[in-house]
Amino acid sequence: MSTPLVELKNISIAFGGVRAVDDVSIDLHPGEVVGLLGHNGAGKSTLIKILSGAYKKDSGEIWIDGQKADIQSPRDARSHNIETIYQTLALADNLDAASNLFLGRELTTSLGFVDDAKMESETAKIMARLNPNFKKLKEPVSALSGGQRQSVAIARAVYFNAKILIMDEPTAALGVHETKMVAELIQELKKQGLGIFLISHDTHEMMELCDRVSVMKNGQLVGTERVEDVTEDDVLSMIILGKNPKKAA
Amino acid sequence: MSDTTDTQAPNKKRNFVQTLEIDTRLLGMIGAFILVCLVFNVLTDGRFLTPRNIFNLTIQTVSVAIMATGMVFVIVTRHIDLAVGALLATTSALMAMTQTLYLPQWLGLELGHPAIPWIAMAVGLLAGAAIGAFQGYLVGYLMIPAFIVTLGGLLVWRNVGWYLTDGATIGPLDPTFMRLGGINGTLGETWSWVIGIVATLAAIWALISARRNKVAHNFPVKPVWAEAALAAIIATGILGFIATLNSYQIPTARLKRMFAANGEEMPEGYTAAYGLPLSVLLLIAVAVAMTVIAKKTRFGRYIFATGGNPDAAELSGINTRMLTVKIFALMGALCAVSAIVASARLTNHSNDIGTLDELRVIAAAVIGGTALSGGIGTIHGAILGALIMQSLQSGMAMVGVDAPLQNIVVGIVLVAAVLIDIIYRKRTGAK
Repeated sequence: MSTPLVELKNISIAFGGVRAVDDVSIDLHPGEVVGLLGHNGAGKSTLIKILSGAYKKDSGEIWIDGQKADIQSPRDARSHNIETIYQTLALADNLDAASNLFLGRELTTSLGFVDDAKMESETAKIMARLNPNFKKLKEPVSALSGGQRQSVAIARAVYFNAKILIMDEPTAALGVHETKMVAELIQELKKQGLGIFLISHDTHEMMELCDRVSVMKNGQLVGTERVEDVTEDDVLSMIILGKNPKKAA
Repeated sequence: MSDTTDTQAPNKKRNFVQTLEIDTRLLGMIGAFILVCLVFNVLTDGRFLTPRNIFNLTIQTVSVAIMATGMVFVIVTRHIDLAVGALLATTSALMAMTQTLYLPQWLGLELGHPAIPWIAMAVGLLAGAAIGAFQGYLVGYLMIPAFIVTLGGLLVWRNVGWYLTDGATIGPLDPTFMRLGGINGTLGETWSWVIGIVATLAAIWALISARRNKVAHNFPVKPVWAEAALAAIIATGILGFIATLNSYQIPTARLKRMFAANGEEMPEGYTAAYGLPLSVLLLIAVAVAMTVIAKKTRFGRYIFATGGNPDAAELSGINTRMLTVKIFALMGALCAVSAIVASARLTNHSNDIGTLDELRVIAAAVIGGTALSGGIGTIHGAILGALIMQSLQSGMAMVGVDAPLQNIVVGIVLVAAVLIDIIYRKRTGAK
């Protein structure tokens, strides 16, 4: 098999004595979607925040493209072409779509000032592709609907040529139509060779979108399976019982 | 999705103000300011809107207004600075001591040496920035709430100033230094007109280049007549202000003294006007610089992003801790700038300089539309807020309202202004 895009090896992190992530190893290949499943508090979001630089791991190693990577901050993660769509979307509500899209990576003029016009036209271009209904370029994002806000967060992750995309509950706040749009987008990005970590509660949706699923419980990895090798019931029992039925069998 | 609603907008007939694309909130504040001026003008039988009083009003506003621009950044990032008045006192004391004692006596620089005022100002600015950065470090890196850090700072820095001077009034200050105080340093008629015309041309150029930029990226632009109307309003405002200041004549007795100081006789019938005070020019320069920082630099963008959502800013790779240090350092430096203006206006450093300024500065920023919940605020709003407060205060003094009543009214206005703002934001849909 080819070199994995991402390898998380024996990652652990504790918060005040609670082992939120306990010796977890998972990997991700180009053009692959790996789903992370588990109850609330199973450690999925925490694990993914270590990869995106929001948390610092206590122990373990992160390998990117076969090379050991040192990720201490979101800036480090971005320099490895890791982009994250957070569950909370992480948008500054008082700023417009363009300012949010380019936050931390503003385009500047030759004099070093932020180039609002350029950023706005770039935003208009990518939005036309992601969500053709998106027209409110000048409004602060607090004035946008849930789906529109989601598109801004997705655009931010996609615009900067991500190689590794982390999507934490990307469809939680969305209606049926928008959820379908996100699913189509995931397929398109997959074709472009991106690796995607997807977090969701919706087992059914995960079985459709993912190539493999990793199930976590109480900070530990229960198991990683290819979706064609397991049934939805198998996955559910992994989530609930914390046991891998295939290994038991 | 709710996109269908705004496609109807272009069909709707837009009114005059909408076409001009002027912020209605700013318009409301200007309206309030004009109302205050007109009411006091009637109450004082026309003494409020004389060139002389407008001149005084502007130079009285400068010190608080300069600090208010910095306070906007502090409040936008959800912090507060209660130590600005105390910091003004410390930096003022330091600058006064530098020019009257440290440089002449310790370093042997002769009193009146041309370098003295500049060294003193540099010392003050550096000290202000350093103290501000230190407070910012306590807030940003050690996570002590800004309220506590600057409440402690209020006590510390006011009394450091006291300690430096033994509580004595330090003066007279260097004559060049005092030119930044207001009446002792004005540009005179000709230069005031030059500045006014340059400012007008710069404003028009800014309008034109903004329009070009929009056209270049195929964004909608407002009709040419609207741009022209806006330019006309701005030009009238700037040039009207200069004309007003230029019509305030220097009293004959004072002119005679000025000629006598040069060993000359004043020609019969000679007149001269004060024109634009250097301190007001300084405020304008600070306002322009701060507006550019807020709107056109990454630093400013990060300030507003952090104010709107600190977590999002952090996740976007912004170093929010260092940002806090920078914001407080800038605030400290602006306190020193205000200290120059305030002590120069009084012609000396007095121990109680800047007392209660922290409240005036915060009030100016808040009346000017800065939201304590963070993320919202403008530089021009804060300056207008300072101007409104100063107008109320001096207007009431001219009418002869008792001092306690003056403060009561200002307090009520502060609370009422925030209430109106809340109602306005609700009505217009949370901006």
